[in-house]
Amino acid sequence: MSDTIQAPKSFQEIILRLQNYWAGKGCAILQPYDMEVGAGTFHPATTLRSLGTQPWAAAYVQPSRRPTDGRYGENPNRLQHYYQYQVLIKPSPPDLQELYLGSLAAIGVDMALHDIRFVEDDWESPTLGAWGLGWEVWCDGMEVSQFTYFQQVGGHDCHPVSGELTYGLERLAMYILGVDHVMDMPFNDPQTPIALSYGDIFKQTEEEYARWNFDTADTAVLLRHFEEAEAHCREILGAVHDDPKTGKRIIMAHPAYDQCIKASHIFNLLDARGVISVTERQAYIGRVRALAKACADAFVQTRAGGWQPESAA
Amino acid sequence: MPDLLIELFSEEIPARMQKRASEDLKKFVTNGMVDAGLTYASAAAFSTPRRLTLTVDGLLAASPTAIEERKGPRADAPEKAIEGFLRGAGLTRDQLEERDTPKGSVLFARIEKPGRPAADIIAEVLEQAIRNFPWPKSMRWGAGSLRWVRPLHAILCLLTDEAGAQVVPLDVDGITSSDKTAGHRFMSPDRFSVTSFDDYAAKLKRAHVVLDPQERADTIWHDATNMAFANGLEVVEDKGLLAEIAGLVEWPVVLMGRIGDDFLELPPEVLQTSMKEHQKFLSVRNPKSGRIERFITVANRETVDNGATILAGNEKVLSARLADAKFFWDNDLRIAQSDMGVWLKALENVTFHNKLGTQAELVTRMASLAREIAPLVGADPDEAEEAARLAKADLSSEMVYEFPELQGLMGRYYIKASGRSEAIAAAAQEHYAPLGPSDDVPTAPVSVAVALAEKIDKLTGFWAIDEKPTGSKDPFALRRAALGVIRIILEGDISIHWLQRLRGCVVGRALIVWVNSEDHKVLSLSEILSADFSVAEQRQRYVRMLTGDDPEKSAGELVAKGDDLLSFLHDRLKVYLRDQGIRHDVIDACIAMKGNDDLALLVKRARALSDVLKTDDGENLLQAFKRANNILTQAEAADGVEYSYGPDVKFAQTDEERALFDALDAAEAKIDPAMKSLDFTTAMSAMAALRGPLDAFFTAVQVNAENATVRRNRLNLLSRITRLCTSVADLTRIEG
Repeated sequence: MSDTIQAPKSFQEIILRLQNYWAGKGCAILQPYDMEVGAGTFHPATTLRSLGTQPWAAAYVQPSRRPTDGRYGENPNRLQHYYQYQVLIKPSPPDLQELYLGSLAAIGVDMALHDIRFVEDDWESPTLGAWGLGWEVWCDGMEVSQFTYFQQVGGHDCHPVSGELTYGLERLAMYILGVDHVMDMPFNDPQTPIALSYGDIFKQTEEEYARWNFDTADTAVLLRHFEEAEAHCREILGAVHDDPKTGKRIIMAHPAYDQCIKASHIFNLLDARGVISVTERQAYIGRVRALAKACADAFVQTRAGGWQPESAA
Repeated sequence: MPDLLIELFSEEIPARMQKRASEDLKKFVTNGMVDAGLTYASAAAFSTPRRLTLTVDGLLAASPTAIEERKGPRADAPEKAIEGFLRGAGLTRDQLEERDTPKGSVLFARIEKPGRPAADIIAEVLEQAIRNFPWPKSMRWGAGSLRWVRPLHAILCLLTDEAGAQVVPLDVDGITSSDKTAGHRFMSPDRFSVTSFDDYAAKLKRAHVVLDPQERADTIWHDATNMAFANGLEVVEDKGLLAEIAGLVEWPVVLMGRIGDDFLELPPEVLQTSMKEHQKFLSVRNPKSGRIERFITVANRETVDNGATILAGNEKVLSARLADAKFFWDNDLRIAQSDMGVWLKALENVTFHNKLGTQAELVTRMASLAREIAPLVGADPDEAEEAARLAKADLSSEMVYEFPELQGLMGRYYIKASGRSEAIAAAAQEHYAPLGPSDDVPTAPVSVAVALAEKIDKLTGFWAIDEKPTGSKDPFALRRAALGVIRIILEGDISIHWLQRLRGCVVGRALIVWVNSEDHKVLSLSEILSADFSVAEQRQRYVRMLTGDDPEKSAGELVAKGDDLLSFLHDRLKVYLRDQGIRHDVIDACIAMKGNDDLALLVKRARALSDVLKTDDGENLLQAFKRANNILTQAEAADGVEYSYGPDVKFAQTDEERALFDALDAAEAKIDPAMKSLDFTTAMSAMAALRGPLDAFFTAVQVNAENATVRRNRLNLLSRITRLCTSVADLTRIEG
């Protein structure tokens, strides 16, 4: 119809195009968070930065781990390690839907040929004490993104509201590239001398991690690490606000939040090892949520979280 | 007379909320206008995924002038009081009217409230509607604080009359009203102005938006059925899904797709559920084989390739989904055909209720009860017990984990695949029934035994731990379980005396809870379940083993819970029969009788009594009975004796008296055997036949005769009558 956009050739080209697109729309292009997380939302650039009054616009790729989804690299659609593309803009701009649709066009979805739908999906993260309203976005019946207006994070009402977009990169790319099995997807340009498929890069690790996640991860050590992370998170938050060395007010919301992320990931591993019963499950989730809330409480006391010296009593 | 057009344009409204929202918009705005004096001729509301629309015809151009009359102080009241009244009314002294009243001369004010133009009222009412809209869930967006279901972008608010169209000025948190809207998100995204509702609807259609959800649903259904018919197939009807699909599109384009051959052998319910839940596809069936062979998907746009890309994408997604379903089905079948013990074992790790134990324990209790009930409902005890043991097995299957709504049905497939009888397989599906008031109840004996066992276990279990429904709270759906028991019993005409069973079950379950609670592992579940708690000594023996308390008292308290459960069943029965036109006092008259714990019998008695009371004889007999009973009780109270000694016909003095003796003999001769064979209809009509002689007796005879012997004999006669009548039902409880 309009100016036709060339079809992308590889997984990485789709990522690069998203990076360019959102950079062009004024987002800071961040790098992945350097810890194991279950979803892009856990990156402090989303969880913590959606709190408080400071404007924010960021986009990034986040490797995400879901130990229970491991299938030794054999299932065409399921992986224990995969990539999410995450955009967070605060306050949510009035044309966020159009911006989002523009990003689909940028990665080669021809709007004149496909059927894009916004289907109700209320998002909730019991571990983050967060919820929002929005949709899952369907392209020809396939869910390609999650679109959410955050209402609450870490137990705090979001004011202003952030708009969050999450793209499941492998699934979306497989659809655009017309690939049936994720391991067959070209990772770099298939015409280059050393062409690598997704499987060339991840088949090996999917196998190894699936075995480790399901059978080998040391549950006694993990249980201990969970307790330690929880205790340390509390300890960090309990420290006096004024640094005894300098007298400077430094609330350590981010280091504490790292411990919360750690506890959350360990919980996922324990879950995959099948050592958490149905009744215990709720209790563990509640413990991680309590940490997330405490970190959110701390973050809004920081400058980045909107605290100002004169607003302190 | 102006017409009003309102459109609230937003980001996509959840399909399930659209209908209700358009009705709420209509209600809010029209009520608000009428309250402000602005009446109208007609109104209609519509919705699409992105808009709520309201059109109101024949509106008043302004609200009429209203005149309010206010009563003030007396004419001779202090100046200050009169001044205050004038200030409040906004009038001067000479505008007041003096009227003579019984309290003297009083001042009255007539205040004219001028009418307001329609636009002012509408702007006010619409703003209120937007700010107070009853969305089930609403949200904020951006930096604002306005709430709507998803971000609200535009308000179109237009008054149209002969002179033309005029925008009703309105500003809600920076969203200002206009005469503009936009078409289809992709096919006609431009904004355009409209001048009236007709112009709006016509332009929308040109801009690829069908405004009326019913029209969208009709189009989808029409195109889908035609497409299926052309292929010798039929669309499986699903009104809820159709309405949901119509709420997902503004410009429906129906496409029919194929299901991969690999998946055609899946049970039709699995295909249908997977396609509906995940993809919102309608199922297309081959009427000859009953198999689901195709699907209908509805796109929201036309494309140059006539939907080929869209359909190919949808087929691909479906294949991935069904590959999962087939994987579950194949795995489950393998387990079903080898040994379902794995699934039963897995139920040991699933909590049913933290006090009542796991699903596996539930199954053990159900199996024991089903075996006990089986002979009473014509089922083979071994078969009923096995059916109960397997009834929950499918909860461990992968398919039911993925699609919980397929529980029971999958059990039926898997149990059949395991080579067991159809009766056992059917019980897995049917023991959940009835789930709703219009749901069928099971009739096959094995299914009935398991269904009753499941519900009686649930009721007695929750009664044992004092988790009874209170007010509107019934988290374990115990009222539904009780109604299920009642309907199965009545529709199957199942005669069981429940009281001892309920007592026994409650005691048994209380013991199980106690044994499970701490370290009281002195008894096994099977020991408890094999004990017969309907025998008092048995109960006390166990209670003595387990508690330090007075065993008789503890056992008595547990037994009382069983009695309480029976009255709960009676209460639910009253509600159920009331809906069928049987009065509560009629049921009370029957509940007061012995054997009231056989609910089928109780209802037979109640129906017979209800029927007879509807006849002339029955109604009059009731009056005569009440008269006899009143005279008798008054006399007994006055004399301090009970007149229960047999009357003797030899003291009868009048023909009417002797006739009543004869009639009583005749009635007794019929009623006694009828009651023995539980033929309530015959007993009741024999009783009603007493009406004539009894009426004649009261007309001719003075009961309280002067002669003491005659009086005593007559009172004894009345006593014989009331006793005979109350042997059929306790008529003293009938009102009126």
